[in-house]
Amino acid sequence: MKDFLDILNRKHMDFKVTPDLFMDIIHESPDITLPAQTAQELREYKSRLTLEKTDKPAVIVGMGTCGLANGAQGVYDTFKEELEKRGIEAELISTGCVGYCAEEVIVDIKLPGYPRLSYARVTPKDVSNLIETTLINHEPVRDKVLGVYHEKSEKRWENLPVINNIPFFKIQQKVVLENCGIIDPENIDQYIVRGGYKGLSRVLKNMSPEDVIEDMLKAGLRGRGGGGFKTGMKWKFARQSEGDKKYLICNADEGDPGAFMDRAILEGDPHRVVEGMVIAAYAIGASEGYIYCRAEYPLAIRRLRKTLADAEKYGLLGDNILNSGFSFKLKIKEGAGAFVCGEETALINSIEGNRGMPRPRPPYPTTEGLWGKPTVINNVETFANVPVIIRRGADWYASIGTATSKGTKIFALSGKVKNVGLVEVPMGTTLRQIVFDVGGGIPDGRRFKAVQIGGPSGGALPESVIDTAIDYENLKEIGAMMGSGGLVVMDETTCMVDLAKYFMTFIMSESCGKCIPCREGTKRLYETLERLTRSYKNENDPEEALLRFQGMVYLERLAKVITTTSLCGLGQTAANPVLSTLHYFRDEYEAHLYERKCPAGVCKELLTYKIDTDKCTGCTLCATKCPVDAIVGERKKAHYIISDKCTRCGQCMMNCNFNAIYVE
Amino acid sequence: MNNQSIFEAYPRNDASLLIPLLQNIQTEFGYLPEDQLEKVAEHIGIPLSRVYGVATFYNQFRLKPLGKYVIRVCRGTACHVKGSLDILRILESELGIKAGETTKDFMFSIETVACIGACSIAPVIVINDEYFGGLTPKSIQKLIKKFKDKG
Repeated sequence: MKDFLDILNRKHMDFKVTPDLFMDIIHESPDITLPAQTAQELREYKSRLTLEKTDKPAVIVGMGTCGLANGAQGVYDTFKEELEKRGIEAELISTGCVGYCAEEVIVDIKLPGYPRLSYARVTPKDVSNLIETTLINHEPVRDKVLGVYHEKSEKRWENLPVINNIPFFKIQQKVVLENCGIIDPENIDQYIVRGGYKGLSRVLKNMSPEDVIEDMLKAGLRGRGGGGFKTGMKWKFARQSEGDKKYLICNADEGDPGAFMDRAILEGDPHRVVEGMVIAAYAIGASEGYIYCRAEYPLAIRRLRKTLADAEKYGLLGDNILNSGFSFKLKIKEGAGAFVCGEETALINSIEGNRGMPRPRPPYPTTEGLWGKPTVINNVETFANVPVIIRRGADWYASIGTATSKGTKIFALSGKVKNVGLVEVPMGTTLRQIVFDVGGGIPDGRRFKAVQIGGPSGGALPESVIDTAIDYENLKEIGAMMGSGGLVVMDETTCMVDLAKYFMTFIMSESCGKCIPCREGTKRLYETLERLTRSYKNENDPEEALLRFQGMVYLERLAKVITTTSLCGLGQTAANPVLSTLHYFRDEYEAHLYERKCPAGVCKELLTYKIDTDKCTGCTLCATKCPVDAIVGERKKAHYIISDKCTRCGQCMMNCNFNAIYVE
Repeated sequence: MNNQSIFEAYPRNDASLLIPLLQNIQTEFGYLPEDQLEKVAEHIGIPLSRVYGVATFYNQFRLKPLGKYVIRVCRGTACHVKGSLDILRILESELGIKAGETTKDFMFSIETVACIGACSIAPVIVINDEYFGGLTPKSIQKLIKKFKDKG
């Protein structure tokens, strides 16, 4: 298929289209006149790209990792097969994630003259009906409709919800994710036609590096990776650092369990990140850069490779970018699976080919980073904010958000919540709005208990504080942190002590082992929690009980020592899950400690399994499944569990067909 | 690609290429054999102890071969609150191995991963490249049986 390059590099043109002119032409600079035929061809191609004026229908399948995990490949293949079989001419496009993971696989259908129509929970079985009803007969399949996009069009879909009005999207403001789930991420032209690389073109033509930095400061952009350091300041330090060579690194080592916004951006709109990086490189004067991406994201890496190749082909990356004289080379480094490599100095060590262990700061990477040279490291979401700040202006950007935190933030909403997905909201939105308005609340009629924000470095927040407006400062005040933006919702069936133990298990195994507070301290924290949540053979052994109480007494002090004396961010925030659960859910800790009970019914060894004699039919299944012969009873008579013998493996409850087994 | 040409793609004595080289070898062999680690040390020009240090630091690298089916159990937070630990325990007892181990017949390996980012279908496991989500203690038993039968 023809692309922008083909259309604009025609022989009949009476002037050569240099890369800088090229961007101007696409973004319609008024002082360039094109030959009529080329102008016409360009207009047609652009409206085809945006699907504004199409002569044939388009089917767009959401194929991010979450879509694929829900079977998007099968849906795509079935569409392909069916369309061919029926001889229907339609464009089949794959796109990234629109964010509504709970409704995957999402398929959009765009008919000529109609606005884009979005279908949810599509399976291969639905495909032939969708083709028949919508593609051929121009009727919606109502029970599958998610919503209609708000677009100008000749015809309309009657009585269908508009996508922006459905609760999941209503309070969202898509700035960074504006293209995700809309465009084909592997097609550079689709990004360009929506204003892509316009910011870069403006920067290289009209702005000095200092102007760019000034713009970032004015916009108030802060690092989205967790710390919230002012991006403009970081760039300024690196700009002012002396050095013959400077580096720029994109931290795409999204290791936080429960966070997947960076993955969605890389899979859904990778050019945005590259554009942001080139602008940053120009601002700090870097000539080389790396994208350090987790190996666990194979799709993101594959798309990034294509993205870099396409950007180079268009003269947007590499030597003499857009004819400006500025050069910047970008490489991809695959991570090898270490959470600590999200820490900037550890990441630098990893790129240099060492174990990913942090270095003491100062010196900060902006003065002495990769191979001893000044280096700026920002995360994916931060870079993805940059192009839009340039394009729409720092003032516009600064008008979104709170006094200290500007712009929007993407959260990965998951756990015990109805609408799992990616949510982009302005800073200052409350947690309650996200969990209940966007997320739709807790499923199965259960009650909200807490929301864990910021992954293993963050904290679990109870209902009493979820009306707090989210920004960097407010979250710190209530004992959590922004982190990368994972939001895991928990209901009454989640045990907070178990949650703290879970995070400690994670941190313990991910601690790099360099500094003692983190290496040994997290282990001791884990042991204390383990003692609380487990039952030992002799429950009344005084020594065991003493250790349990002693651990609790020292828990807070130990947590504070780890926080204040660890070398890097991982250790300094490692104890946060313990401190925040201890602060807000002390009663649960006490129930584990004094009563030896788990109120949420999670800590298995503290539970007592019992049989409801009214429900038990005496089928003997549980007795045969019990690995320790702790269940007795005659056939066709209610059975009984011998508590002393029971190992709480749960096999009986899992296998009972009559729900007769319960726990106390 | 034979062994020699893996090394040819990497210039000698450049320590920054250590991790990509190890990744390449692992893709080729499925794990990092000891003799290959020695060759790497020689090629990059660093002590074997450093190669070993790096190879054991990162979760991705394995010093032992894996089974035919590699089961990766997601232990992310969303999966955890939806019961992934139970899923892991059942897998371990069904296959008679612990996470990080491989069955004697080299059919199954169990690994845990921090988060695969498919939180919408938690709890989720990945067997080779296929995702299985929304698992329950019952469905995981059926699933494993299916794979055992398939052989």
